Amino acid sequence: MSDRKLQENGLAELQQRLVLLKIGVLVVIGLLALRLWQLQVRDGPYYRELSQNNRTRSILLHPARGLIFDRDGKLLANNVPSFNLYVELKDVNDREVLIQKLVKYLDIDESELSKKFRARGTLTRVKLKGGLTLREAALIESHRLDLPGVVVHPEFQRNNPQGPYAAHVIGYVGEVSEQQLSQEYFQGLHPGSIVGQYGVERKYDQLLRGQAGRKLIEVDALGHEKRTISVEKPQAGHDLYLTLDFDLQQLAENLLGEEAGAIIALDPKTGDTLAIASRPSFDPNALSRGLSSKKWQNILQDKRHPLTNRAIQGLYPPGSTFKIIMAAAALETNEVNLSETIQCHGRFRFGRRTFRDWKASGHGTVNLHKALTQSCDVYFYKMGHRLGIDAIATYASLFGLGKKTGIDLPSEQRGIVPSTEWKQQARGEPWYPGETISVAIGQGYVTVTPIQMAQVIATIANNGVAHRPRLVRGVRRRNTGEVETWPMAKAVPLGLNPVFVEAIQRALASVVSEGTARRANSPLVTIAGKTGTSQVVALRADKRKDTPKQFRDHAWFLSYAPFDNPQIAVAVLAEHAGHGGSAAAPLARELIEAFIKKSGDKTRLGQKRERPIL
Amino acid sequence: MTRSRRFDGVDWGLLGVILSLLAIGIVTIYSVTSNGQGGTFPIFAKQAVWIGVGALAFVIIASMDYHKLARLSYILYGLGLLLLVIVMFSGKSSRGAQRWIALGPVAFQPSEFIKIPLLLMLATYYATQTRSGWLYRVIVPGLLALPGFFLILKQPDLGSSLSFLAIYITLLLAVGVKSKAFGLVLLSALMMFPFAWGGLWGSLHDYQKERIISFVDPAYDPGGKGYQGLQSRIAVGSGEFLGKGLYGGTQTQFKFLPEGHTDFIFAVFAEEWGFLGAVVLIMLFLILFLLGLDIASKAKDMLGALLAVGVVGMMAFSMVVNIGMTVGLAPIVGIPLPLLSYGGSATIMTMAALGLLLSVKRRRMTLIQ
Repeated sequence: MSDRKLQENGLAELQQRLVLLKIGVLVVIGLLALRLWQLQVRDGPYYRELSQNNRTRSILLHPARGLIFDRDGKLLANNVPSFNLYVELKDVNDREVLIQKLVKYLDIDESELSKKFRARGTLTRVKLKGGLTLREAALIESHRLDLPGVVVHPEFQRNNPQGPYAAHVIGYVGEVSEQQLSQEYFQGLHPGSIVGQYGVERKYDQLLRGQAGRKLIEVDALGHEKRTISVEKPQAGHDLYLTLDFDLQQLAENLLGEEAGAIIALDPKTGDTLAIASRPSFDPNALSRGLSSKKWQNILQDKRHPLTNRAIQGLYPPGSTFKIIMAAAALETNEVNLSETIQCHGRFRFGRRTFRDWKASGHGTVNLHKALTQSCDVYFYKMGHRLGIDAIATYASLFGLGKKTGIDLPSEQRGIVPSTEWKQQARGEPWYPGETISVAIGQGYVTVTPIQMAQVIATIANNGVAHRPRLVRGVRRRNTGEVETWPMAKAVPLGLNPVFVEAIQRALASVVSEGTARRANSPLVTIAGKTGTSQVVALRADKRKDTPKQFRDHAWFLSYAPFDNPQIAVAVLAEHAGHGGSAAAPLARELIEAFIKKSGDKTRLGQKRERPIL
Repeated sequence: MTRSRRFDGVDWGLLGVILSLLAIGIVTIYSVTSNGQGGTFPIFAKQAVWIGVGALAFVIIASMDYHKLARLSYILYGLGLLLLVIVMFSGKSSRGAQRWIALGPVAFQPSEFIKIPLLLMLATYYATQTRSGWLYRVIVPGLLALPGFFLILKQPDLGSSLSFLAIYITLLLAVGVKSKAFGLVLLSALMMFPFAWGGLWGSLHDYQKERIISFVDPAYDPGGKGYQGLQSRIAVGSGEFLGKGLYGGTQTQFKFLPEGHTDFIFAVFAEEWGFLGAVVLIMLFLILFLLGLDIASKAKDMLGALLAVGVVGMMAFSMVVNIGMTVGLAPIVGIPLPLLSYGGSATIMTMAALGLLLSVKRRRMTLIQ
């Protein structure tokens, strides 16, 4: 065959294959067109939505938390602006690189930072660090393009302008935990919301927290805001007005200083809590800003337990302060009358045991008045023996021991009021009469909290009518501007014979003027009260001075003033401080004097005792 | 009747389609880069320059006799291989691949430019080779193409190496193979495949493996490698029927779609002009291919026909794979969309190839005259 012929044959074959190729091209392009139809026409709306989602972000706008004031209108808690660092996890392509960069600009530990890069629930916008310094914020903002998905958001930071005082009362705030989110109290909150974690911040969180708003924004692929689509404004939380008198509170905390203990001041007529101090304490400002896990561990493991509010959580034997209740119980049950006397020689024999009086030589001839004034143990041993534990328990419960006072703070303890029934249930043993003797002077199984004893003395001061201690006197609603004054707690008369109550009152006055609490005697005002020294460990009298601190007795002093028209009741508990009369009484006196001076100033200047809520 | 030789055989239809495609490319690139993607000297202006150079190449080659070029094919191919070797040792790297040789302010890709010599070489071979056994139809040309294929694959540049291969396969399809033995070889190759697979798979780079895996299983997403594919599909799909209009593509404008001016330019276009626009675009390509195959069927000689088929095959392969990539029908392998994607070497090479196509058509016309 000639070349030409071959070529022609080849070309002819080629024609056939070319037709096939043309068809092939048509088919393939047809398939492409089909796929385009599928993506654009059939599924178009779905992809349209995806492209919208790509570029819209929903941002939670945190509300301003309600303010907290003391009774004079002093600001105890407010909100200050703070720069917080967030990252939108959806916009982060390379986590490691981003973390490395951030560690450069921020003062933060790398491992802590890595831990935060986790989505919480459906929220992919995570807070990395709060409270950036101006310098850190500037660094981050100027390197925005290098840091995809990272955003600096100005937000509110809870602040206590008065410093570290009233920490246990006010409490602190923190981010709601995953556990809390599943609880009913925190329903409806988003992860990342700030809630009260302690104190009044927690108890009244629903009032204080306000309502979050929402902002819908358009972002680019780096997660940077391009424009705002819509805004739903947040609702600020309501303001709280406390019964607390900050000046007294501050003084009370300073009086305790570094010593462990609690001081409570109540208004006996209303139950208003004027001061409630517990030492050692913590700095709520630091806790509200967020501590590193190391610092948290330090606080939680601190042997002195600064987070414990000793006023409501501390459980101690009441010691001689219990004699007030014993006196009331003995009189009411007619086991003794006001004129009866007993002989006190310094000891009381019961069975095989000998119970000693604190005064080894005894008090001599003693009636109720003298027994309280000099705090004679033997008198009350006898009363205890006569009453029996269950009668004592009845009156102790009447005065509010063994149950919560109901003050509006979380985590209150109830203490123990021992009785036959209690012992059987708690210990599975019968009650031994010998144990009653210890209880009669406030030792043994009986334990109380300082607030319970404060309520006891306030009740006596108020002629036997009790009020539940309260911390909040009113609320100002942010949405309406309305002010709600909350009524004081109902008066609960204990049903005691006024003659007996008066007798006890007079005895308490003489405790201060000539009895065990002479160091509380004040030239400014007549103070009445009762000392207590509760044993931690049974000690031999002669060894007392050499005892290490942790075995020393707790010092109690319950008081009220002025005697004729009580305006304030003060309970002091100083841990391991020794004698009530020497350690606790002077503190109460100072506090009461300050209170009297302050009211005196106010009356002089023509101001009412209590400033109205504005 | 004398007609100016230069304008003989100019296929205005063909030119019209080419110009339309080029124009669409420039406008789309402008839309992508209007928000700052890409650099200081406007990218679309750079592309215009490349088009200009390409136009020059087009005109020059179209007015040449393709036989003359064919005679140089082996030399040009050898030159191309040399350049590829140079790239391996001293090439400029970009994104982990060494593909460019820098000449002053510009850099060019030998892997693009070697395509035309390959085409010329293979077409010449087939045109002159009379024996039709599979040895001569499959093995020998395969061996000729092999060095180029591997050098490109090593860069690494999976996309270009595949389109390199496409030229070989297109010509093979065009000439056909007569042999039972070929069937046997194919069978045994298929049987050997599982064993050869290990070696083949192992020679792929990690990122290439990941691309293939995430294509096959879209749920597989180590560090977001499926991101590009997903964003591309979102871009295309969200265009819906009429598109979002010029500059209206949010995927592009908000930078969710990467490589909008290069590999994913079709997605940008589809987002802006919707189904309607996308169909028009692929129709333009279809017309181009059919016109090209038409030229092949009416070519004067085997060489011309094979050249025409090769040009069409090369472009069709790129177009189908590129668009396939953007709509999720093919793994992402870095093949540009001919005439639209930004890129100097590819654009100039494609226009030169089209010039070759026109040269084939003109030859027929002139001879008849």
